Amino acid sequence: MTRARGSMTAFGLTREEIRRQIQLPWSEAFRISWRYVTIRLGRSLVTASTIFLSVAFLMAVCTMILAAKATGHAEEDPQAFAATLARYKWSVILGFMICSTGIVSALLMSVTERFREIGTMKCLGALDNFIVRMFLIEASLMGLFGSLAGAIVGALIMLVWAGIREGFSLWAKIPWGVKSATGDWGFLGYFIASVLAGVILSIVSAIIPANRAAKLQAADALRTEI
Amino acid sequence: MAMEQMMPSGEMQERMQEAAKKLEPMMEQVSEFVVRTRDVHKIYLMGKVEVHALRGVTLDIKRGEYISIMGPSGSGKSTLFNMIGGLDKPTAGSVYINEVDLAQLDAYELAWLRCRTIGYIFQTFNLIPVMTALENVTLPMIFAGVPEDERRDRGMELLRRVGLAERWNHKPFELSGGQQQRVAIARALANDPAIILADEPTGNLDLKTGKEIIELLKELNQEKGVTIISATHDLKMIDVSDRVIWIRDGQIARIEDRSKIRVEAALEVEEALMEGELPDIP
Ligand SMILES: Nc1ncnc2c1ncn2[C@@H]1O[C@H](COP(=O)(O)OP(=O)(O)OP(=O)(O)O)[C@@H](O)[C@H]1O
Ligand SMILES: [Mg+2]
Repeated sequence: MTRARGSMTAFGLTREEIRRQIQLPWSEAFRISWRYVTIRLGRSLVTASTIFLSVAFLMAVCTMILAAKATGHAEEDPQAFAATLARYKWSVILGFMICSTGIVSALLMSVTERFREIGTMKCLGALDNFIVRMFLIEASLMGLFGSLAGAIVGALIMLVWAGIREGFSLWAKIPWGVKSATGDWGFLGYFIASVLAGVILSIVSAIIPANRAAKLQAADALRTEI
Repeated sequence: MAMEQMMPSGEMQERMQEAAKKLEPMMEQVSEFVVRTRDVHKIYLMGKVEVHALRGVTLDIKRGEYISIMGPSGSGKSTLFNMIGGLDKPTAGSVYINEVDLAQLDAYELAWLRCRTIGYIFQTFNLIPVMTALENVTLPMIFAGVPEDERRDRGMELLRRVGLAERWNHKPFELSGGQQQRVAIARALANDPAIILADEPTGNLDLKTGKEIIELLKELNQEKGVTIISATHDLKMIDVSDRVIWIRDGQIARIEDRSKIRVEAALEVEEALMEGELPDIP
């Protein structure tokens, strides 16, 4: 009857067609998510900015630790240094909590805005899985770019500030690699960890909105008038 | 739900394969009736208030028919659209597509059915705004696992058929309402469905554009033998319909065959339905 049927085995789909059916949507979901992120750039930037700020703060703290160790201030007064670190640690945790509520609400809003599109996609044969993927990929894209920018800016600000206060010769003493000579964290290590933290936080925050989107009944999603 | 999403892709693959295995041969069956509903009821709960949107709708729709479902606002046309399209479940009664009871299908099988057997057209066009015309048309093919080259070729062929080949790279907001609806029609045809379900396809269009859309649907109906079921207020639809099903208060008030249909008469019927009575057709 249909064109598609002609190419199928007696059992229905061939194994390869099924495999395509499963695998293609990952790349397609990526393409579609990329579209959403870039076309709604303003909205994406607002969402990404909360991630940006949190990761910038985290990376600034990490850079400060490296600078303090490089100048030897950390060893001069270990107790005061530890106390400062503890304070910053809580600030970072708080920052990340605020950031994740920001992401959750931004994505929930984007789910609400896209009710009808989600319903339409379900009509066209999208599985719940595909919808979940779309939102998770979108969140991880925004997480990645927000975190990268945040980590770069946070590190730069702190490096320049420390350089002005302690002299730029300090930069030579900072361990730039993943690890320092003594086996502690190096600059690159902190950088990667900060970016990863931002990305993971975005993905985790996106789970609730993505599930909400996927659980929408097609009929309900189509009814909403926006 | 969460379990399903976390399912390893191997198992998902199996489920999809099962769905295809089960439905493919069934859809192949050439039964005279492509859609049958049996005593379909739908009750919506709005807080504590029950809204009885459908009160026992029994319908048989033959392969290749062009059906218009007409009735006043709130009579249950969209609700019936959702039931036939597998978008919502009836409170009681059954819907059969190609003799397959929709109530027996799981999420995978329903997705399969929506993807390949039914094409949907909406009053508000519902194109995906971030995608071009061609991407919108090929989206259902992506869900059906059609390879990229074939998608492009078939997508262009369909756009050509609806007269929009040269606009393939335009986003929906760059197209007029009528053009968007043409893209939506091409998209509905993407996987060569047996049924096209339309809910007020001309509702947002002016008279002339609406007429063109109706004619396009009729042509496709004749060319491809696709069954068209359209909920509508638009009396222009009557001219092309094989049968008109009038519904009122969630029940079928009257079914008219093509031979008996006259637009003036239909106007009278609609007027009468609005007033809550049911006259004989002169
Ligand atoms: N999701 C819902 N929840 C509650 N009530 C609903 C829902 N959907 C429809 N209804 C009610 O069911 C009845 C039938 O609605 P339906 O949308 O099917 O009418 P319709 O014939 O399509 O009307 P229109 O011509 O205005 O589109 C109405 O009384 C409506 O308020
Ligand atoms: Mg309606």
